[in-house]
Amino acid sequence: MNRTNIQLDGQGNLKHFLTIEGLGRDLLTQILDKTEGFLMVARQAVKKVPLCRGKIVANLFFETSTRTRTTFELAAKRLSADVLNLNISTSATAKGETLLDTLRNLEAMHVDMFVVRHAESGAAHFIAAHADPHVSVINAGDGRHSHPTQGMLDMFTIRRHKGDFANLCVAVVGDILHSRVARSQLAALKGLGAGEVRVIAPRTLIPAEAGTLGARIFHDLREGVRDADVVILLRLQRERMRGALLPSEHEYFQLFGLTEERLSTAKPDAIVMHPGPINRGVEMDSQVADGPRSVILEQVSNGIAVRMAVMSMCIGTQNLQGQNHLDA
Amino acid sequence: MREGSRLSIRNGRLVDPANGIDDQLDLYIAEGLTVGIGETPLGFTADRTLDARGQVVCPGLVDLCCRLREPGWEHKATIGSETAAAAAGGVTTLCCPPDTRPIIDTPAVAQLVLQTAERVGRVRVVPAGALTQGLNGEQISEMAALKQAGCAVMSHADRPIRNTLVQRRAMEYAATFGLTVFLHPEDAYLRDQGCVHEGRVSTRLGLPGIPEAAETVAVARDLALAEQTGARIHFRGLSSARATSMLLEAQARGLEVSADVSAHQLTLTEADVEGFDSNCHLIPPLRTVADREALREAVRRGAISAICSDHQPHEADAKLNPFPETAPGISAVETLLPLTLRQVAEEKVDLGTAIKRLTVGPAEILGLPIGRLEPGRIADICIFDPDAVWTAGADTLLSRGQNTPFLGWAFRGRVSWTLLAGRLVFERPGKTP
Repeated sequence: MNRTNIQLDGQGNLKHFLTIEGLGRDLLTQILDKTEGFLMVARQAVKKVPLCRGKIVANLFFETSTRTRTTFELAAKRLSADVLNLNISTSATAKGETLLDTLRNLEAMHVDMFVVRHAESGAAHFIAAHADPHVSVINAGDGRHSHPTQGMLDMFTIRRHKGDFANLCVAVVGDILHSRVARSQLAALKGLGAGEVRVIAPRTLIPAEAGTLGARIFHDLREGVRDADVVILLRLQRERMRGALLPSEHEYFQLFGLTEERLSTAKPDAIVMHPGPINRGVEMDSQVADGPRSVILEQVSNGIAVRMAVMSMCIGTQNLQGQNHLDA
Repeated sequence: MREGSRLSIRNGRLVDPANGIDDQLDLYIAEGLTVGIGETPLGFTADRTLDARGQVVCPGLVDLCCRLREPGWEHKATIGSETAAAAAGGVTTLCCPPDTRPIIDTPAVAQLVLQTAERVGRVRVVPAGALTQGLNGEQISEMAALKQAGCAVMSHADRPIRNTLVQRRAMEYAATFGLTVFLHPEDAYLRDQGCVHEGRVSTRLGLPGIPEAAETVAVARDLALAEQTGARIHFRGLSSARATSMLLEAQARGLEVSADVSAHQLTLTEADVEGFDSNCHLIPPLRTVADREALREAVRRGAISAICSDHQPHEADAKLNPFPETAPGISAVETLLPLTLRQVAEEKVDLGTAIKRLTVGPAEILGLPIGRLEPGRIADICIFDPDAVWTAGADTLLSRGQNTPFLGWAFRGRVSWTLLAGRLVFERPGKTP
């Protein structure tokens, strides 16, 4: 297995989309540019393009999710693909079937693309490494590792509002330790050459050697968002109260919850983002969530376009492979 | 070949660190014992002669941790399959941890292992008895009976005892019978769900981390208890620089404590986990380059007096899952000597010291009079070609478990013959004179 380039084919085209790491600025920019085009599709009267006609996309969700699954489904349908939704958490593996058996069964149905969400880090890599060579895998979130389409939709949202990344200061607030979204955002910001990246959280929610992720570490919200152009809040999972990581939601909000008042140290035109779903009164108060600087709902719309972009790119790589195969 | 036949090993480079020998000397064996070194014993005629020209002749290797998977895990491996792999790796004595099914916590299970090994095994098997019943960490086992049944040491496999009081009592009780206690130093709470070293790689890959403190807290606790109880303890498989320096400090104070390291810990680091290679899912985890350097240094200086394989053969399915869901451990008994010789080639340690850590070092930890070549002692011998180049792969490894990150690695140094009590238990095809 080629460890670094498992996502790319021999010519450097996107074959799988597993993580943002190692993709390079050109490819990331290409994804953003393509997304721009697909954003227009949603505004047309007929919201479909035929790029993936005749292809079968299977949504393999080992963890429940409504929003992500729905946007992947919509993206695939707008590309004219046929979509299978498999809620594995309640079916096959519950009956003792291994992940690999589930995969083989779906391959036997000639699925062209798997969109995978799984509770364990590395699951998407595992599936990509063991899938049939004609199949593409898109990571829709694996454990704490990566959620690359979320990372790219956030970058797309930032670019639409702020343009170039070079002079931007982006602050990510919340549970960095457990967040696949944060890892993808930090990797994307690094890849796209963001000026300054900060993470803000208590020490219990900052991973070891976090500096290697390319971010400055803050434990004070007011300091951390000072002069920021973009403030991204992460969802706080309830179970963090149980693992002795946080005392209470109340204290978390007191220290790290975003309010209009605390946002006042950020740049006046700063935007506020959140991958959803929001815990109002935990990560931020409603005034911010519904306020003029919030772009949270726009993130959702952009999510569909980004997913169309990466799906069409991966299917395009498959088609190239197929051609080469015929030529040979 | 007949039992008790007379054998001479000619023209080899004899390396016996226990006696400070490294010279071209012939070795003579009769009735399972070494009867002469250098000079032919009076009236000795060999039934067979092994020409060891260009080869190293050393005591058979002693592996302090080698899982055979029998009884209970025969879908992974058996005593027959793994002792054959051990013999091919030059190992003549191995200690198997008690985490079989049923667990080795009664004389009956210990005897079952010993009798099966007697019947189908190629090498000497020394079972480690379970420190607590069912390895549950609550009730201590019948250690006197286990000792009588053939358990040379007591162990808790790789399951830490959470309750410090139970740990203390288990150590005290073992010390009553002069039994060494093998400990896997890990604080279960600090390990939590961790599966890799907590550091750069765990942070980037989002894999739950095991902090260095999971090891050092346990080492500190166990050293304090050893001091209090007078028990003789052995740390099985150190992984961090800091734990190594704690060990050194305790030894300097005169505490009876020993430690070993797994050969792969001297070779790999956390960086090898990149790409989610489940064959690098290990407990204790692979740590940093600095940790690896400290372990190498401790091996060189002798604070760590044994290198072992920590052999854990698995069926293929055990590794075919997302990384955190895979079973930890590698199939390692056949790469124990090659990986150690790699340390020699990289000049981390000299050959004599390396062989010492594979023979008399671990033998002394087990308290057994093996791992040395002396007239009158049992002739357990490993003969290897230090220049033979080979590639690890499904076609070259005998173990039932193919779960190793070293598949495809080229090694220099390979066992040609292994003798257990003077009897050939492994002979590399094509090595017949």
